[in-house]
Amino acid sequence: MSSVLYDTPGPRAKVRNALYTVGFLVVLGAALYWVLRTLGDAGELEADKWSPFFTDSRVWTTFLLPGLVNTLKAAALAMAIALPLGAVLGIARLSDHAWVRGVAGAIVEFFRAIPVLLLMVFANEAYAMWTNVDSGVRPLYAVVTGLVLYNASVLAEVVRAGILSLPRGQTDAAQAIGMRKWQVMTFVLLPQAVTAMLPAIVSQLVVIVKDTALGGAVLGFSELLRQGDLITVNYSNPIAAYLFVGLLFIVLNFALTGGAGWLERRIRQGGRSSGKALTTEQLEELENVGPEPVTGRGGETGRT
Amino acid sequence: MFDFLDSPQYNLLGAFWLTVQLTVFSGIGALVWGTILAGMRVSPVPVMRAFGTAYVNVVRNTPLTLIIVFTSLGLYNSLGITLGGGGDIESINFRLAVLGLAAYTATFVCEALRSGINTVGLGQAEAARALGLGFFQVLWSIVLPQAFRSVVAPLASVLIALTKNTTVAAAIGVAEAALLMKEMIENESDAILLVFAVFAFGFIVLTLPTGLVLGWLSKRVAVKR
Repeated sequence: MSSVLYDTPGPRAKVRNALYTVGFLVVLGAALYWVLRTLGDAGELEADKWSPFFTDSRVWTTFLLPGLVNTLKAAALAMAIALPLGAVLGIARLSDHAWVRGVAGAIVEFFRAIPVLLLMVFANEAYAMWTNVDSGVRPLYAVVTGLVLYNASVLAEVVRAGILSLPRGQTDAAQAIGMRKWQVMTFVLLPQAVTAMLPAIVSQLVVIVKDTALGGAVLGFSELLRQGDLITVNYSNPIAAYLFVGLLFIVLNFALTGGAGWLERRIRQGGRSSGKALTTEQLEELENVGPEPVTGRGGETGRT
Repeated sequence: MFDFLDSPQYNLLGAFWLTVQLTVFSGIGALVWGTILAGMRVSPVPVMRAFGTAYVNVVRNTPLTLIIVFTSLGLYNSLGITLGGGGDIESINFRLAVLGLAAYTATFVCEALRSGINTVGLGQAEAARALGLGFFQVLWSIVLPQAFRSVVAPLASVLIALTKNTTVAAAIGVAEAALLMKEMIENESDAILLVFAVFAFGFIVLTLPTGLVLGWLSKRVAVKR
C-alpha cells in the first residue's frame, strides 16, 4: 500500500507501523475492556437482558418490527410528498418571472434555515389546535409534515442543481424545434435531470430515515427508537435495546447508501442522461448554505 | 401580543445562549476529532484506516437522536460517565449532549477534510516527501493547511447543520431553544404561530451570518489554482 502522502514503507517504517498498530490496538482493547467491565459490574451483560432478543418473539413482533414499519412509513410518506413539492419549488426557482423566483426562493431558504424539530413541534401543535386529526395519528402527521417542509426545500435545491447541470444545448435544441417552455421542461430537461438526481435523492432518504427518530424522542411517535425505549422499560436493558435499534438503523441506512452509490456508478456508465450524476457533495459546492452532506464519497479520484 | 415574551417564566435569550454554547463547544470538539479521524483514514497504518472508515460509516448512518439519547441512558446511567466530575444533572446532560453532537458531526468534518486533502496538488506532497518529511510532517505542515483552506465552505455547511442539530439535545432535556419552544407552544396555545415565528427568526439570525461570513472567508482563503 503506497500513497502520495507517504513513501512505500521500508524495513524501519514497517517496524514503526507495526508498533503503531500494536499501540492502537492496545488502547482500543483497553477502552473496550473498561466498557465491558463497567457494564458487567452494572449487570448489563447478564444473559436475561440479552436473551429476549433471541428467545422472546414478542420483542420483535410487538416492539421492533412495528417500530421499523412506522419509521419506513413516515420516511416513505415524507419522500413521496416532498419530492413533487420539491420539484415544483425547484422549477419555480428557475422561472422566468422574478416574483415566482423570489417567492420560491424565500420559501426554500426559510425552511432550510430552520431545524426540522421546530417544524415538527409546531406542526404537532397546529394539528391539535386547528384540525380534528385523531390524537393517535397526530404524531405521524406532525413528523411527516415537518419532514416534508424541510426536505421539499432541500430537494428543490437538488432539482434546481440537476436541471442546471444539463448542458445549455439541450434547452437551445428544444427551443429550436419550437417547444414551449413547459414542453422543454417536462419532455427534455426534467427526465434527464431526474436521472442525474437519483443518487442525491436516495441519499436524502437516509437523512429522512434518521430524522424520523426525532419524532419518536420528542413527540412520542412510535417509530423504531421510541419502541426501543419501550423495550428498556419492559426488560430494563438499555444497552442491549439501543444496540439492536442502532443496528437496525445502520443496516437500513447502509442499504440505502449502498443503493445510492450503485445508482451513481450505473448512471455514470450508462450515459442515458447528458447530465452528470449529482452527489449531495456537489450540491454543497453550488451553494454554501446547504443540507447536511450525506454522501461523503469525495475520494474517488486521486490518492488514499 | 408580544407580552408573553417578557414573561419571567420563559428565558428566551438564555435558551438561545445555550444553543450557541452547544454549537461552539461541539463544533470545536468535532473539528479536533474530525481532523484526527481524517488523519487516521489517510494514514499508513491499516488498522487505523480501518477504524476511521468503520467509525465514520457507522456513526454517520446512526440517527443523531439515538446517539444523544444513548449518551444519557447508556453512557451516564449505565457506564456512569459524567465527563468531569459531578455538577447537577443539567450540566451533566449539557456535557453529554456536547459529546454526542461532536462525535456525530466529526464524521462530516472528516469526510469534508478528506475531499479537501484530495484537492491539494499531488506535487505538494511529492515535493515534501522528496525533502525527506515523514507522514505526520507531510500531513500537518504541507497538506492539511492547504486542505483546510479549500474546505471552508463545506465546513460552513457542517457548522450550520450542527447549529440546527443542537435542537436534538432537547431529547435529553437540555434547556436549549427547541425545548423552550415546545414548552411555550404548549402553554401559549393562542399564539402558536407567533411562538414559531420568534424561534424560526432566532435560528435564521444564528445561521444566516455564519453562512455569509464563512462564505466570504472561503473565497478569501481559497487556494488559487
